[in-house]
Amino acid sequence: MLKGILGKKTGMTQVFGKNGEIIPVTVIEAGPCVVTQIKTCKKDGYSAIQIGYGEIKDNKVNKPAKGHFEKAKVENKRHLAEISVEESEKFKLGQPITIDIFSEGEKTDVVGISKGKGFAGVVKRWGFGGGPDSHGSHFHRAPGSIGMCATPSRVLKGRKFPGHMGNSRVTVQNIEVVRVEKERNLLLLKGSIPGANGSLVLIKDAVKGGK
Amino acid sequence: MNNIIESLEKEQMRDDLINIHVGDTVNVHLKIIEGGKERVQVFKGIIIRKQNGGARETFTVRKVSFGIGVEKIFPTHSPKIVKVEVLSKGHIRRSRLYFLRDRVGKRARLKEKRR
Repeated sequence: MLKGILGKKTGMTQVFGKNGEIIPVTVIEAGPCVVTQIKTCKKDGYSAIQIGYGEIKDNKVNKPAKGHFEKAKVENKRHLAEISVEESEKFKLGQPITIDIFSEGEKTDVVGISKGKGFAGVVKRWGFGGGPDSHGSHFHRAPGSIGMCATPSRVLKGRKFPGHMGNSRVTVQNIEVVRVEKERNLLLLKGSIPGANGSLVLIKDAVKGGK
Repeated sequence: MNNIIESLEKEQMRDDLINIHVGDTVNVHLKIIEGGKERVQVFKGIIIRKQNGGARETFTVRKVSFGIGVEKIFPTHSPKIVKVEVLSKGHIRRSRLYFLRDRVGKRARLKEKRR
């Protein structure tokens, strides 16, 4: 069964492993979430559940959203996300989802919004080498030639240019769960994940099964 | 720093540690697992640097082994460290003793701290 939970990236630190080795971890305050909608093959053509996470003031919720939460008989939530599951009929509306769906050593995929880098040049955005800094070089961080001459007399599609970088949805795969702390709703994942501290992240089980 | 991370780090900190300072000559007893067996190795040298940061605190010990300078960075709160013995305290005037790297033999010593 596929599974997932919404959470907030708290920050990074390190923990000691079983053999005293240092493991870099990202701490995530995940859940508790509630099921706000169930999508079935019969009605929607595919099987999925929608989960809600985070408190929100009553006056911040608009009427359509209020109706949606009322229908599911749950409190208003700040964030919603859809997770595809194999058998959505097994879930009930308002059913809580907590981090105990994950266990230690399991591989997960993490989705987040990466930090915005603004308008970035090709060296930062695409890893171009750039030119020498000194010895009379006038070619430092420019993109250089962008194509051929009379044939094809145009710039090929997909050419790497400067532009806006970051602030986009990024998925990192096969992130190991180091520790699950049920009482505090904390999930410790090995290594870094996309996004700034305090940003929303979606943790799912690994698509590739951690192979 | 965030409260959650602070409390997570506090849980990992050891409270059985003795105070060590830069300039101290120490014996670090380190647990080593080799081929399924566990033994304790002693690393003796001078602490040339301490890096603070709660549970992420480290200290660097320098010694000269068979004419070659060796430096080892130990996480202070690592469960691998059995114990740290302070053999002598050195009189120092700076927090990072990198100048010891350029010194050989008798010059690479520190004066004993006066009490």
